[in-house]
Amino acid sequence: MENKPLLEVKNTGIQFGGLKAVQNLNMVLNQGELVGLIGPNGAGKTTSFNLLTGVYVPTEGDIIFNGERVNGLPPFKVTRKGISRTFQNIRLFNDLSVLENVKVAYHSLAKHNILSSVLRLPSHFKGEQEMEEKSIEFLKIFSLDKYKDELAKNLPYGQQRRLEIARALATGPKLLLLDEPAAGMNPQETKDLMDLIAFIRNKFDLTILLIEHDMNLVMGVCERIYVLDHGQLLAEGSPEEIRNHPKVIEAYLGEEVHDVNA
Amino acid sequence: MKKSKQFWPFIVVAVLVYAVVQFLISAEIINQFYSNTLILIAINIILAVSLHLVIGITGQFSIGHAGFLAVGAYISAIVTMKLHLPFVVAIIIGGIVAALAGLIVGIPSLRLKGDYLAIATLGFAEIIRIVFLNIDAVGGAAGMQVSHLTTWTYAFVCLVITLVVIVNFTNSRHGLAAISVRENEIASDAMGINTTYYKVIAFAIGSFFAGVAGALFSHNFYIIQPSQFGFLKSFDILIFVVLGGLGSLSGAVLSAILLTVVSTYLQGYPETRMIIYSLVLILVMLYRPKGLMGTMEITDYFKLWRTPKGGGQHGK
Ligand SMILES: Nc1ncnc2c1ncn2[C@@H]1O[C@H](COP(=O)(O)OP(=O)(O)OP(=O)(O)O)[C@@H](O)[C@H]1O
Ligand SMILES: [Mg+2]
Repeated sequence: MENKPLLEVKNTGIQFGGLKAVQNLNMVLNQGELVGLIGPNGAGKTTSFNLLTGVYVPTEGDIIFNGERVNGLPPFKVTRKGISRTFQNIRLFNDLSVLENVKVAYHSLAKHNILSSVLRLPSHFKGEQEMEEKSIEFLKIFSLDKYKDELAKNLPYGQQRRLEIARALATGPKLLLLDEPAAGMNPQETKDLMDLIAFIRNKFDLTILLIEHDMNLVMGVCERIYVLDHGQLLAEGSPEEIRNHPKVIEAYLGEEVHDVNA
Repeated sequence: MKKSKQFWPFIVVAVLVYAVVQFLISAEIINQFYSNTLILIAINIILAVSLHLVIGITGQFSIGHAGFLAVGAYISAIVTMKLHLPFVVAIIIGGIVAALAGLIVGIPSLRLKGDYLAIATLGFAEIIRIVFLNIDAVGGAAGMQVSHLTTWTYAFVCLVITLVVIVNFTNSRHGLAAISVRENEIASDAMGINTTYYKVIAFAIGSFFAGVAGALFSHNFYIIQPSQFGFLKSFDILIFVVLGGLGSLSGAVLSAILLTVVSTYLQGYPETRMIIYSLVLILVMLYRPKGLMGTMEITDYFKLWRTPKGGGQHGK
């Protein structure tokens, strides 16, 4: 088991017109790892997630998940293979209840077909009840069950981020991609979130790839880190190695200088 | 969300409504004009609810619903008048052929992101109208003679079946999937929902029932002509859905009833009808910009009334 990686990204990239948003991306994630993906603004982190989840079709390279090629599959099929994600700009179903948000995610694990629902056969009621119970279980893990009938858009910001993770988890993933899950959270919320991420990783036997801006935070929780800059992999290694990597220091200093100018 | 509990009360109410109206008709307490209006209301509710599934639930903008109405109307008329088969068979075939037409129009346009469906359905409805206009076997512009076979019983049974199918579909994981497409297609896709599949399914079901409505429609008038299925007809159906409140089934039903009554009484004055129609629309959009019902359902009001604290729960 150990020697077969869960995810292999081989020389992948995508070009938008003349812009190479991501190029020559190589990554290997082993079962159970918690890996960070960092880099300055516009480095191509979210684009990498979009490549992994089928939102974009790579213009080069391959993505092998669980021994299967997944590049070229539409997003819903990638999700069903076991890669699930959250979005940097929260994308909840705003006018649906918190519970319904999770139910949508559980959808493809339920089996009752349209005919059974239209005719209200026993399999419909069984299936719907299972969906409801399972969804509430996920909400409980995230302490969101007390909000279950609230509309998603009425949740406080931090809870919305947590709901997005709960929803991603309800699709039954092996690999969870989190795009800046702590963005906009206060330090306490961030700490709770990191504990929660550690908890669900063990409970659901997950492999997690995490995009985060906050270097210290990433250094604290991730076992390994990839650094992207201008669409290319700049460095890879343990938090310690990354911290002292001259190119990384330069890239981040460069960003600060850039910020001052802007 | 135990919507299933509303099933039996619904059936009881349906049977009562049917029995009362049927009694009034057979005892000749209400005349042909009123019974005809009731049939027309049933047909228009079927049209409104079937388009509600496409626009209100799945969020796909279809503006050529009269095209599927026309397919059902003509195909069913051919089945009874040329093939001499029973009316029930004609209704079913009318629905199926309309659903097939829905698949042909829907599959290519719904695969694309964006409002291609609007253009495709608009074009389709015009093409269908022109096709029937130019087929001599169905009478061309002069129209086609059709026996009067639609009765209150046929209309009402079709209406109940339409409501049961669409309500049961909506209140299931399948309906929730369709709603998630409306809410946020990207997120829906990322959650493992085959968005194209649900868009196409909802569209096919909607087209099927538009076809059923077409069968009832054509066998209610002695004659059908292509001019009855023009853009204005599509627009009428669209108004039922928008006026009722996008996403509200009860809203679509209510506005179909309201507008059918209004336009039936103004039948003799087409200009006045258009003015009043426009006025109603403007007033609703001014005072209820989200439609008569917003996204609420009638049953939600009962719930609000029973639990005074109300809560932010909205109808689905
Ligand atoms: N669909 C697209 N079309 C054209 N350019 C794109 C597209 N998506 C991303 N880009 C460009 O690719 C580059 C990388 O963007 P990306 O969103 O991946 O950055 P990021 O690393 O996630 O940054 P941030 O930290 O700000 O979220 C940017 O220059 C962006 O403008
Ligand atoms: Mg990003």
